[in-house]
Amino acid sequence: MAVPGRRRVAVTGVGVVSCCGIGNDAFFDGLCAPAPVGEHRVHDFDPSAWFDVKQARRADRFQQFSVASAQMALDDAGDVAVDPARAGVIFGTGVGGLETLQQQITVLVEKGPRRVSPFLVPMIMGNAGAAAISMRFGWRGPCETVVTACAAGTHAVGNAARLIQSGRCDAVITGGAEAAMAGIGLAAFSNMTALSSSGVSRPFDRRRDGFIIAEGGAALVLEELDLALERGAHVYAEVLGSASTADAHHITAPAPGGSGALACMELALEDAGVTTADVAHVNAHGTSTPLNDLAEAEALEKLFGTPGPIVTSIKGVTGHSLGAAGAIEAVCCALTIERGLIPPTAGLEELDPEMHLDVVTGAPRPLPPGVLLSNSFGFGGHNGCLVIAPIGFASSASRS
Amino acid sequence: MDNEAAFDKFKSCAVEVLQVPAEKITLEAKFSDDLEADSLEVVELVMALEEAFGITVEESELDGVATIGQAFDLVTSKL
Repeated sequence: MAVPGRRRVAVTGVGVVSCCGIGNDAFFDGLCAPAPVGEHRVHDFDPSAWFDVKQARRADRFQQFSVASAQMALDDAGDVAVDPARAGVIFGTGVGGLETLQQQITVLVEKGPRRVSPFLVPMIMGNAGAAAISMRFGWRGPCETVVTACAAGTHAVGNAARLIQSGRCDAVITGGAEAAMAGIGLAAFSNMTALSSSGVSRPFDRRRDGFIIAEGGAALVLEELDLALERGAHVYAEVLGSASTADAHHITAPAPGGSGALACMELALEDAGVTTADVAHVNAHGTSTPLNDLAEAEALEKLFGTPGPIVTSIKGVTGHSLGAAGAIEAVCCALTIERGLIPPTAGLEELDPEMHLDVVTGAPRPLPPGVLLSNSFGFGGHNGCLVIAPIGFASSASRS
Repeated sequence: MDNEAAFDKFKSCAVEVLQVPAEKITLEAKFSDDLEADSLEVVELVMALEEAFGITVEESELDGVATIGQAFDLVTSKL
């Protein structure tokens, strides 16, 4: 066991709604294919697969993504026979129900306050996704929402794992969702010059010029490992540890030299009881913004030396789905372990000459033995890092 | 507007907002039991009715309104 005496956390189900695919197979195939062209919306998402018409009308798109991904993850996990009082929901989002808010502000301006929907508050609140999941499945343990911008999905998974490690929960549905591509969201991100003007996501490329905004959701079912194995669950991976730190530096720019990211990765490895030598692969935040990718690369080089473990950023395909991104990438890590393949970084044609990383380009690369690190960094200076490993890793002889 | 035309208009609002089949919108139907509509949905329906009929309904007037018939009477009293 990586950390003696601590309960272990198995990933037993995953579900995903992404612009490159809905469902695990379509998603992973999409990650290994060329990036979608045009707006990175989930064009073929049909809420009627998960909601009746009335439920769908009352649920903002981010909540629909939350519930859809959670349902897929729970279906994937099979028969999770958990005491509902020991079953939790920890979900992340960046901004909650932005589309609904925009629509209803239009109603307010055009028709007056008496026409504003009585469902506005329960639709836009950031915790609507987590609440809807707990109600749908009757899970009555802790049900909370993490709001740390683009780090929210990663923090949610880390916090969910702690609920199992600490003994409070036996199972937790975790993940994140975002649907912020309303006009107001697009304008706001565009005017802060965060978005790519070329319209191409190119993580770690010398020509990268900003991120491609996306939407989506992803969920993971986490269970205490022994209980999962007892019921014969399929275990994708183990969440060995996590960490959360703040830059305390600037509201949007990363700390110089990636110092906050570095501290977070170091803490996560320590929490997992592993060393840098154990890390086989880093699923990077890699947004394709000039500042993020440089800071993250500097942090990785300081931690691992060069070239270090194999790095990829799936945002070359998925774009940046903000509060959902970390959850989508955690699902990617589980599938990377399951399939033994690391998806490439789409859009990366020429590595920034200031970086000395081993980034996967072109075709997927086989996953070597070892643990995976998944990074997320959010506006506000929030850093999150997960350590995810094949189930055999922590059980192997080298650990005590 | 005669009573029948008014009820047709009322019914189409109710079908749209409550997402139930038109045949369930009867004068006797209860919001909570028969139509599975909670208090927020009744508010939403009243908002749709205000717009459709060009009337104003105060929140206090909804006290005790539990059936389609009571809501319809409230609307027609303002026409």
